[in-house]
Amino acid sequence: MIDWSVIATSLPDFLAGLKVTLLLLVISLSTGLLLSVPLAVARVSSNPLLSKPVWLYTYVIRGTPLLVQLFIIYYGFAQIDLIRNSSAWPLFREAWFCAWLAFSINTTAYTTEIIAGALRATPAGEVEAAKSLGMTTFDLYRRILLPGAFRRALPQYSNEAVGMMHATAIASTVTLVDLTRVARDVYANHLATVEAFGTVAVFYFVLTFSLIGLFRLAERHWLKHLRAQVAAPSTLVAK
Amino acid sequence: MFSLRSVVFAICTLAAVSATAQAPDWKKIRIGVEGNYPPFSQITPDGKLSGFDIDIANGICAQLKAECTLIQQEWDGMIPALNVRKFDAIVASMTISEERKKAVDFSDPYYDVPSRWIAKAGAFKEATPDSFKGKKIAVIRNSPRAKFVADNFKGSETLLVNKETDVYLELAAGRADIGFGSSVVSGEAFLKKPEGKGFAQVGPAVNLGGGAGVGIAVRKGDDALRQKINGALKAMMADGSYKKLATKYFDFDVSPNRAQ
Repeated sequence: MIDWSVIATSLPDFLAGLKVTLLLLVISLSTGLLLSVPLAVARVSSNPLLSKPVWLYTYVIRGTPLLVQLFIIYYGFAQIDLIRNSSAWPLFREAWFCAWLAFSINTTAYTTEIIAGALRATPAGEVEAAKSLGMTTFDLYRRILLPGAFRRALPQYSNEAVGMMHATAIASTVTLVDLTRVARDVYANHLATVEAFGTVAVFYFVLTFSLIGLFRLAERHWLKHLRAQVAAPSTLVAK
Repeated sequence: MFSLRSVVFAICTLAAVSATAQAPDWKKIRIGVEGNYPPFSQITPDGKLSGFDIDIANGICAQLKAECTLIQQEWDGMIPALNVRKFDAIVASMTISEERKKAVDFSDPYYDVPSRWIAKAGAFKEATPDSFKGKKIAVIRNSPRAKFVADNFKGSETLLVNKETDVYLELAAGRADIGFGSSVVSGEAFLKKPEGKGFAQVGPAVNLGGGAGVGIAVRKGDDALRQKINGALKAMMADGSYKKLATKYFDFDVSPNRAQ
């Protein structure tokens, strides 16, 4: 049977782990979002000097596992004297910094492709109309292309955010004590499988559904025009 | 089509087979090993398990004329994996401790080596809580060594790593100031290697288990297997095969009885 006392005594540890998981998720996702907007614009540019490097970056990052990327940054860089002796070493010394860097680089690549795809899906008519009004390229992006792309990208981006949340478990391999690490420690110390991994599953489950709920709210707000309009005909029938 | 009768028959047969598996004669033993604890347990470049633990495990099986399967398991889930029957015994340099005795039964010790402090040569004069105050100590998590550091070095930060070899990786990378590890692993796998250049032992050796040594863990109540393992260990020490194995790896005595 479930030993509730194990869960009760380790609850503070789980909450501390939740804090680490959430913080890592928030700082990585916000960095990724911030960087991916200019990168996506470069990615769809007709100038190959702009688009090709970004293509190469997303191609390489999306083609390798996050775990490998994290290990290269955490263990690999520590063995390169050039980095060990550089002024950046105090940063790379910290597991937090390495995890943030690896996660940001990873989610930036995926988010860049999501936004770039949404930019490409802009109806040609919108662009033509904007151009016929004499908008500059900057105005075109600011007023037409990016707002439309963000709306279209929202459902896909929510998947990326949830995926990233689950991927934070990988941080436990570089000494960060996140939710997964806490679960494994509880498992190792109390030998209670269901208690350790069941509890952590509930935590992840609640996190996932909170994230999905937040994105639902955002979609309801920004994608209002896509919702089926059923209210009007039914009121007619009632009368 | 499956008839109800054939399904019932199949279930009964399965139940009968698993019932006979309940009382094993230990002609087949599955042994959990680790692989990240050189020179006791390591993976060779061609992907094979090797080391003192591995040789001991194979030696016991040869004594018992049993067919053995070695199963590699991360340190972290070693005891849970034993208890959910992924394997029947753990030969993974596991120090015999009171906490672990609550979860598993141990054989007689098959070796005993102390723990050691390692740091940059000259960085520390002595291994005391005062001299390590505010410094970062790397130690393998969920272990007697981690407990010892947490209990006695409260003024120091600890960096809990997942594998013994990570203690030395983190130490060499400069992520920790002091490493606390096995005297043998730190010596053989770090200090004697190019990576360990400039590092040295700090202070005297530390005996954690109160000289209890390192034993082979079996599930609680698996006394037949425990007795068999003890018998095999005794035979190996008597016929010299233990010594032959040990000298392959160590130029000093690691046997548990050397103090007596």
